[in-house]
Amino acid sequence: MAEVKLLKTWSSHFALRVVWALKLKGVQFDSIEEDLSNKSPLLLQHNPVYKKIPVLVHNGRAISESLVILEYIDETWKQYPLLPDDPYERARARFWAKFSDDKVFPSIWGVFIKQGKEQEEAFAQVFENFSFLEEELKGKKFFGGEKIGYADLALGWIAERVFELEEIGVKVIEKEKFPLVSAWMQEFLKVPVIKESLPPHEKLVTKMRGIREKYLGAAHPK
Amino acid sequence: MADEVVLLDFWPSMFGMRVRIALAEKGVKYEYKEEDLKNKSPLLLQMNPVHKKIPVLIHNGRPVCESSIIVQYIDEVWKDKAPLLPSDPYQRAQARFWVDFIDKKMYDASTKTWTTKGEEQEAAKKEFFEALKTLEGQLGDKPFFGGDNFGYLDLSLIPFYYTYETFGKSSVEAECPKFKAWVKRCLQRETIAKALPDEKKVLEHASGMRKNLVLE
Repeated sequence: MAEVKLLKTWSSHFALRVVWALKLKGVQFDSIEEDLSNKSPLLLQHNPVYKKIPVLVHNGRAISESLVILEYIDETWKQYPLLPDDPYERARARFWAKFSDDKVFPSIWGVFIKQGKEQEEAFAQVFENFSFLEEELKGKKFFGGEKIGYADLALGWIAERVFELEEIGVKVIEKEKFPLVSAWMQEFLKVPVIKESLPPHEKLVTKMRGIREKYLGAAHPK
Repeated sequence: MADEVVLLDFWPSMFGMRVRIALAEKGVKYEYKEEDLKNKSPLLLQMNPVHKKIPVLIHNGRPVCESSIIVQYIDEVWKDKAPLLPSDPYQRAQARFWVDFIDKKMYDASTKTWTTKGEEQEAAKKEFFEALKTLEGQLGDKPFFGGDNFGYLDLSLIPFYYTYETFGKSSVEAECPKFKAWVKRCLQRETIAKALPDEKKVLEHASGMRKNLVLE
């Protein structure tokens, strides 16, 4: 029995970060798929505060919140370090990871659930956030430098979701306007561990299309 | 070369207080620069172009932003004194989880208790105190959240004691006795006494805020 268990869902990009981290470090783990409409006693026991996934269970002890889990993984398994050694560079990596969750995700969610003029207005925020990312990537292949690291794993959902978003008619990024971010997305998805762990594309497109339609329907009931 | 440490801050900011406490715990000498948030300095805009917010720690010319990130940075740079985070990875994860909980669950509720009234304020108070009760469960019978020693989670939470003192005294004293005892213990520390503004000043500031929002 593996001493590392990961409670997750197939589509959660937060859980995917943890999968990527464990695989980069070559850590064996058991995946436990959760049905969020019918949460398991295990999930409720291990994350009583939020009752959410991902939850990492290591030797019976649970850790929740994907970025907290990533730091735990980095401190427990030393191979393939995710965070740099230098405190200033570590602070920078943490800053961009937080930026991903505090700013980028809500802004892309904003354009995902809207259309027309409302969506146009929401795009301004996405544009601004991408400008900051573009600036940060100057002179770098990845946010982590030559290799992917903590910040890349935190921001990686963007690379992963952009194609599904485009397929359902939400184009969030133009290559000409953000050449560095676009190049980063391509390079990130080429990394073997990343590439082999992506959720099934068609299934994800269908799911995302359904969510978008639900929100648009709710905003403009017929 | 001597370390040059500058803190861009706003005196009633709970996030700024965390950084002040951390610097005091480590005995770091620094220059405090008060920001007028209605008229942000060119230095702040240059050092934190993404969020344009305080606190910002500028160490030898390089900025570090976001209070939780700044405190961890301080702990890693000045590592020979007063460790703020535990050394065990699982305990560190717990500390980070609960600081994140404070930021997600308590900050907005706390702000709303100061800036709203009536039903909205009552709902915010309820949310704030529910989160506090959850945290109190984590404290248990330990003197500090960090165990025997004051640490990262303690310093991240103590700035909220103003909200607790102002809005909770009567209803909460009975319900969160451990928290009350913990607050007293923290306020007895010299580092905290130096870093936290006078309670009366904070209340005056909040009063002024409420008047501006036409709440009283």
